[in-house]
Amino acid sequence: MNERSQKQISSEKKIGIRSLYLGLLLGGLLVFFLLNLMLGSVDIPFKEIITILSGGKTNHFAWQKIIINIRIPRALTAILAGSALSVGGLQMQTFFRNPLAGPSVLGITSGASLGVAIVMLAAGTITSIFAIQQLSALGSWIIIGAASLGSAAVLLLILLISLKVRDNVTLLIIGLMIGNITIAMVSIWQYFSQPEQIRDYLIWTFGSLGGVPLNRLWILAIVVLVGGIIAIGMSKSLNGLLLGENYARSMGISVSSSRIWIIVSTSLLAGSVTAFCGPIGFVGIAVPHLTRSLLGTNDHRVLIPGTFLMGAILMLACDIVAQVPGSSTTLPISAITSLVGSPVVIWVIIKRKNLQASFS
Amino acid sequence: MIKQTIISTHDLEIGFPTRGARKSKKVVASEINVALQKGQVVCLLGPNGSGKSTLIRTLSGLHSPLKGSIFLSGKNLSQFSIRQTARKISTVLTDRVTIGNLSVYELVSFGRSPYTGWFGSLTPKDNEIIEWAIESTGIKPFIDRDVMHLSDGERQKVMIARALAQDTSSILLDEPTAHLDLPNRVEIIRLLRKLAHETKKGILLSTHELDLALKAADNLWLINMEGEVFTGTPEDLVLDGTFESVFEQDSFDFDRTTGSFTLHQPTKEIIYLFGDEVAVFWTRRALEREGYRVSQSNGTSLQIEAVHRNGRFEWTLVNDHEEFICTSVGALISRVQKIRQSVDMEG
Repeated sequence: MNERSQKQISSEKKIGIRSLYLGLLLGGLLVFFLLNLMLGSVDIPFKEIITILSGGKTNHFAWQKIIINIRIPRALTAILAGSALSVGGLQMQTFFRNPLAGPSVLGITSGASLGVAIVMLAAGTITSIFAIQQLSALGSWIIIGAASLGSAAVLLLILLISLKVRDNVTLLIIGLMIGNITIAMVSIWQYFSQPEQIRDYLIWTFGSLGGVPLNRLWILAIVVLVGGIIAIGMSKSLNGLLLGENYARSMGISVSSSRIWIIVSTSLLAGSVTAFCGPIGFVGIAVPHLTRSLLGTNDHRVLIPGTFLMGAILMLACDIVAQVPGSSTTLPISAITSLVGSPVVIWVIIKRKNLQASFS
Repeated sequence: MIKQTIISTHDLEIGFPTRGARKSKKVVASEINVALQKGQVVCLLGPNGSGKSTLIRTLSGLHSPLKGSIFLSGKNLSQFSIRQTARKISTVLTDRVTIGNLSVYELVSFGRSPYTGWFGSLTPKDNEIIEWAIESTGIKPFIDRDVMHLSDGERQKVMIARALAQDTSSILLDEPTAHLDLPNRVEIIRLLRKLAHETKKGILLSTHELDLALKAADNLWLINMEGEVFTGTPEDLVLDGTFESVFEQDSFDFDRTTGSFTLHQPTKEIIYLFGDEVAVFWTRRALEREGYRVSQSNGTSLQIEAVHRNGRFEWTLVNDHEEFICTSVGALISRVQKIRQSVDMEG
């Protein structure tokens, strides 16, 4: 009884607490952004960073170059990737009413992988992979293009199927199966490829936040922005879908058009990030749960901005760990997100016991 | 009261269309001509699998009719958009809603979706209606609780409050009393009656609670296993035998004199029972449970007079040669059994 009455906080108070939390998250984002700029193979003092960021003169020309050309693009990529994957995952979890869904469930990520594999492994046999690596600028464009095409192809397929299949669980399973098919195709390709090509492909699958220079970042930014805006526009539909499709429809929400927009938004978010940074797992599943626990709500009007901030923070933090501050090594970001994030999620679930309870 | 039809149907046929492995369409019920009036509580009854849920879902626009038409305030339902329909009809379904991290207030506020803008922001007027829905359903004490921590009865009231917040002219409920204990069932039905009369909404609910439906409904819609739909006031349907015929297959006996179901097949002799009303009612139940048939007209060898005298109940049992006075139903029953045994032994 006591526990119950303690949990009951009045609505007004709750709204107040939520804006406080959102403010805290925004502050946290700023802190981790600056930390991310400070820490790396070379530690740059906070004062210098502020000077460089505010466009002032600094004596350390090398530091300025590192900050402007490497660390800022990298941190911005981390923010975009983290928030995009998280918001994509949130939409999939609500849409499929499944706590284990993530941005990759529709097979979009594996579609991107297939595109990259085709370019790296098949094209490699003709022109040799060195050609792509030597033309590094053009090469990365080719990879981004291949990944985008791959995820777009899977997206189109899923959209076509979703027009036919009305049941979300069926769609979920079909998405997983398409993912499996693409992974199998990649495996066959790998089987017939040279070890060097496989190595290049493997490195791509580790994920990287460092491969997006400033002059290309804006493309990623625009796509993520469009996907994010669609997601925010879907807040009301997602809220209705929490009660299931029938209730959503009975409350005046067009489920059929919502599902198309939700799929488009998630594909843009997950597909673009995978194209630019490689497949980064885990964030998309974990962050929505963390945000729900923190904000104590399932109302997407609050949850989407919260997830956006939380995803960015988590990715920045993971990137700091991946940089191994003070050393010249960089660990694969995809491994770090799982390594850092999983214990956090386990802790939250055990402490709050409400992961499963978010869905029926 | 002037009758005002909210929802009506014309030769409606409900069921499932041809799709996938199903070679031909499956018709659940056809030639349905029903009307839901303003301020009325209508109970939809029928054996399991007779299509109660399908009818409710079809009327609320969640399921397409196979044939015929549905009219909503005189206009064909198919002309309404999903959003417009949601402003006219709200539903409480059997789909279980057990979402965590969502307060009761938030859930009720989702009912405003057909009126809110693209982002779902609530205006002061929306909040007023939500407050009213919360007041009318009596869920104020737990509006800040998590939906996950509600009991079944509380959750059902919250879902009704959400339907009220939708501010529709009718509410269709699919088995709102399933999974609830008796006090909660009665409370929900009472709440729905109150809402129908106070707000003049038309309320349709499907239920398995036959006796509750007979008492609570202004009108009954009965579906039998053949997919035929009968409508009328509960009393008329009982008196003309329709009620019994619909539930024929369920092999239990509907007693027209009491409006309830006999659980026990009478196997033993007839007993003449008379006396005070309350005492007779409960004595009759006990005797029927034991398998005796009870007659209210004289002429049997075994007679019981049940009376309320000096603040307590007393039963006088008379047979051909003896007379016994009992002070409890239990004592009466064992005495009746003894007499019967001795008769059996003599015979």
